[in-house]
Amino acid sequence: MKDVLVIGEIAQRRLRKATLSAITFAKELAGKIGSSFSIALFGKDVKDVAKEATRFGAKAVYVVESEVLEHYIASVYAKAVADLANQVGAGFVCAASSTFSRDLLPRVAARLQAGMVSEVMRIVGDAPPLRYKRPMYAGNVIATVEVKTEKAVFTVRASEFAQAQEVEGASQIVEMKPSVEMPQNVRYVGFAETISERPDLTEASVVVSGGRGLRDKEGFWGLLSPLADLLGAAIGATRAVVDAGIAPNDLQIGQTGKVVAPNLYIAIGLSGAIQHLAGMKNSKVIVAINKDPDAPIFSVADYGLVADAFKAVPELIEEIKKVKSL
Amino acid sequence: MKILVTAKRVVDPDAKVTVKTDGSGIQTTGLEFKLNPFCENAIEAGIQLVEKHGGEVVVVSIGTEDAIMNMRTALAMGAERGILVKGSDETLDSDLTARILAKVFELEKPDLFILGKQAVDGDSNQVAQLVAEYLGLPQACFASKIEVMGSKVLVTREVDGGLETLELSMPAIISADLRLNTPRLPTLPNILKAKKKEIKQIDIAELGVDPTLKVETLFYEAPEQRKGGVKVKTVQELVEKLKNEAKVI
Repeated sequence: MKDVLVIGEIAQRRLRKATLSAITFAKELAGKIGSSFSIALFGKDVKDVAKEATRFGAKAVYVVESEVLEHYIASVYAKAVADLANQVGAGFVCAASSTFSRDLLPRVAARLQAGMVSEVMRIVGDAPPLRYKRPMYAGNVIATVEVKTEKAVFTVRASEFAQAQEVEGASQIVEMKPSVEMPQNVRYVGFAETISERPDLTEASVVVSGGRGLRDKEGFWGLLSPLADLLGAAIGATRAVVDAGIAPNDLQIGQTGKVVAPNLYIAIGLSGAIQHLAGMKNSKVIVAINKDPDAPIFSVADYGLVADAFKAVPELIEEIKKVKSL
Repeated sequence: MKILVTAKRVVDPDAKVTVKTDGSGIQTTGLEFKLNPFCENAIEAGIQLVEKHGGEVVVVSIGTEDAIMNMRTALAMGAERGILVKGSDETLDSDLTARILAKVFELEKPDLFILGKQAVDGDSNQVAQLVAEYLGLPQACFASKIEVMGSKVLVTREVDGGLETLELSMPAIISADLRLNTPRLPTLPNILKAKKKEIKQIDIAELGVDPTLKVETLFYEAPEQRKGGVKVKTVQELVEKLKNEAKVI
């Protein structure tokens, strides 16, 4: 029961990039405990995604398909995942941290009688007993924990593990029939998708993010959209902006929202509350534009510009256009 | 209807916490303690549902006797009575917390159990889901809207990519996200009334729960600090540095 099982997450019929970070974690863990790792995909029709998952050196890619799995229901998926782990001898189950895995994996842990570690940032040690580092207190404290049970479940903070590279050869695809049925006590009603032409926030190489300094919807979108378009960037927001209804909830960056680590993070008109910094401080290059010279965001920014965003951003767009046309 | 809600006492989420020099814990001297913000959303949601449909809100906390003060806030907001299971964070993990709460659920038999989606100290985001699995009940986590219709409850969930809606049969487990509501501030008359409301204290041992932990925290440390860089004077200088120094555009 020592194998590691990665639960792949699917979005728009593709493997989410964050899953590649969970694969890196699984490879490292399997190496340290002297076992191997596999990848599992769940849903109604996931075979084409499975092909994508065969390129990373997994022992197997399990395809668990059923009409019942068309829509995600926590209790049903938890049974399917735990059953598979037991069938294939996987004592360790992991996935990249997301609303999907955070909802699902605690139930899997309960079914497996396993301890669970949320948001793993690093594995400590080269051989068992292994320990894991994870953030607490909005990232102000890092705890080192040990799982005392034989089995363990993890959500992995994708920004802390590099994305797995493709390797030679292909993993074998193994089809599994889950023993699941439609639950009587819960029904999927619908999904109101946030439509966006922009790259996914957690996968974008450039993120442009705004705070309450941009005042209202017109200020926020009017200023950030053209800059994001120019840079091919995703747009992010602070909790205050989301609470005010200026931006939808899934754009929130911070400890209770999304954690991002792009190559370039441009923070505009946001002060940099502890909660927000926890979600972006691992970005490679951070730019801050804020008219308050004492804003905490400047303490983590590589390049700070004390200026009124409404003046500076249009100028920034013009300057970048000039540089890009050279 | 009967609604059970959580009230965890946590370090003020706006305070800057530091780690004890020996790594054994968090430096709490001089810090204020408050209700976990997500629990406040859960409490408010319970009270609003009872205001609309009748019934009572029961608030549960696991903590030392210090937590009574914070439970009184929940009672002043409108909860009817409280249950304090005596324990401290050092002797708990998410799994044991969930097994204790599942036991309290079995004793109280509520229609709904609404928890904060995570506590802002541990940040694990596991307890509601674990409770649901241990009780074999349906869950709707990260709720931004809750509507009760007869024996069913319609819950909108904040998930990656949008908003999902589930219909659960009660009893059910819900975890509250920040957009669910704006928690009310207790009025002075209600604060006075809350002092007379009952808070029952129970020892973990009385509940017959195995106190063995599945995850142990060994030590705590401060995160690596990111160093601030330079201030630029103009937009031109910024773009020049991004292109030639950082090479990101």
